[in-house]
Amino acid sequence: MPEALTVKDEKATEPTAAAPAPEKAAKPRSLWSDAWHDLRRNPLFVASAVLIALLLTMAFFPGLFTSADPRYANLDYYLQKPKWGNVFDKDWLGYDVQGRSIYARVIYGARASIAVAVAVTAIVTLLGTVVGMLAGYFGGWIDTLLSRITDIFFGVPFILGAMVVLTSFEVRALYVVILALAFLGWTQIARVARGSVLTIKNADYVQAAKALGASTPRILLKHIVPNAIAPVIVVATIALGGYISAEATLSFLGIGLAEPTVSWGVDISSGQEQLRNQPSILMIPSFMVSVTVLAFIMLGDAVRNALDPKLR
Amino acid sequence: MGRYVARRLLQMIPVFLGSTLLVFCMMYALPGDPVRALAGEQTVDPAQIAALKKDLGLDLPLWHQYWNYLVNLFQGDFGTQIASGRPVAEIISEAFPITIRLALFAFTFVVVAGISIGIFAGLKADTLRDRGLLILTLLLISVPSFVLGLVAQSFFAHQLGWVDPNVSDAAPWGELILPATVLASLSLAYVARLTRTSVAENLRSDYMRTAVAKGLPKRRIIGVHLMRNSLIPVVTFLGTDLGALLGGAVVTEGIFNVKGVGYTVFGALKSREGSTVVGIVTLIVVIYLVASLLVDLLYAVLDPRIRYA
Repeated sequence: MPEALTVKDEKATEPTAAAPAPEKAAKPRSLWSDAWHDLRRNPLFVASAVLIALLLTMAFFPGLFTSADPRYANLDYYLQKPKWGNVFDKDWLGYDVQGRSIYARVIYGARASIAVAVAVTAIVTLLGTVVGMLAGYFGGWIDTLLSRITDIFFGVPFILGAMVVLTSFEVRALYVVILALAFLGWTQIARVARGSVLTIKNADYVQAAKALGASTPRILLKHIVPNAIAPVIVVATIALGGYISAEATLSFLGIGLAEPTVSWGVDISSGQEQLRNQPSILMIPSFMVSVTVLAFIMLGDAVRNALDPKLR
Repeated sequence: MGRYVARRLLQMIPVFLGSTLLVFCMMYALPGDPVRALAGEQTVDPAQIAALKKDLGLDLPLWHQYWNYLVNLFQGDFGTQIASGRPVAEIISEAFPITIRLALFAFTFVVVAGISIGIFAGLKADTLRDRGLLILTLLLISVPSFVLGLVAQSFFAHQLGWVDPNVSDAAPWGELILPATVLASLSLAYVARLTRTSVAENLRSDYMRTAVAKGLPKRRIIGVHLMRNSLIPVVTFLGTDLGALLGGAVVTEGIFNVKGVGYTVFGALKSREGSTVVGIVTLIVVIYLVASLLVDLLYAVLDPRIRYA
């Protein structure tokens, strides 16, 4: 018999040594506290949570990490190479074409990049959940209409669509980039939310609530949303990383955020001109983008594993 | 089967109309003016602009413009570029084959490499090999594709000198290897992860146990029993991914200077050439719709329990 194919037996035969403490076992845990119980023991979750906490601190209190001003330009420092020895000093990561400290710019750049991603995720999650929930719960012509609208928005390629919206605006303010990304981004969440609602809308507790005469808004908010939201949260977490990447991509194309906003995307965009001379100008903000994306993907993965009993 | 395909094709019509309308509105209803873009920074007599707009039909209400566009489209007329005066159909027929080639190249790479890596990892889930490959795919997903493109370009073209940093206008297959690899990287990582999860899950299923117990040869167990069941979610992803590859080509084409659709759209966006943008995005939407229909039909092949009436 090929050893790669030994079909693993289920855990049923294992001794129940790993069973939780007796007083906890007496009271069945909810899905969320069960997930939390799993998450705390997952090194992947802990690592990504610490990383995200650090990035958020960077976004809210950049002054904690550096005393340098990201907009202060001194041409004496034109394209100065990184001094890897001076860790956390303002010349640690070198200077850009205008003689601005790259370390300070990377720290201060976190705010705009993360703000865009968080705002887009919030809008997209709200809009997508509402559309998906209404389509899934009511079915019939509402479902047909909403699903076709979702299909229409889903069919337009994401980056291309965002490009079309962005080139139409003269100003490249934060809110324009947020709107451009949210405009096409909500479809993924809507599809996930619809699917999730479909699986639970005939559950006994929903029937019971209906039989007791609960109003439709009450059923939706008290029964459907809490029970159908888990997959939405997972997808939204992973998508948040994607939006950081999308903001950087649009800036790279020269149509995202623009100076004087300090963001990773803006620095990546200006760094590509110096790619041959001094690749670190482009690589350092790119590295920050990658790390942030990675942190959110890992967080989403860990939450999914904790919530999905099939993978146990 | 025939009825199902007919129904799906009919369902495509509103989605097609909606998508074109959406792109049309985005292009024409938002601020930004192709006629003014023609003049650049110079100031032009407003009367002249008004006359030019009337000529081009840009003074009509939006719904009327959209109607005119659709009527022309169904006669095979994609419109004319305002600045160059060239028919958009000609521009599309030059740019599209290049992007299709790039996307198909990338797609093949995604399918072959992604599924192989996924099976390779999934067969031995939770081993060092599996963990290593999972981390590798995570890294591929988290690095934005333009960073990957720039790094690959500066390494293979500038440092090693193996390839030319810019793809020539004809874009032969050989020169597309690097751009296609970069374009494929993100989807490849997703496909590998999806296949891996699916394979690892199905390995524990009853029919696999039965197949092993019956003493079937390994090749048949993996090739038929395991693959056929594990590929269903992967095929769904691949169907929607072809459109994403065509859209994502904007970035890759920009880096490697491939004169394809992305390059053309980007230029057209800057000069607000609405008909070019709408034409190209419409074609991408059509390709996406057809691909998702093919995927649904493939379902029935992979899963005999699904029968389309």
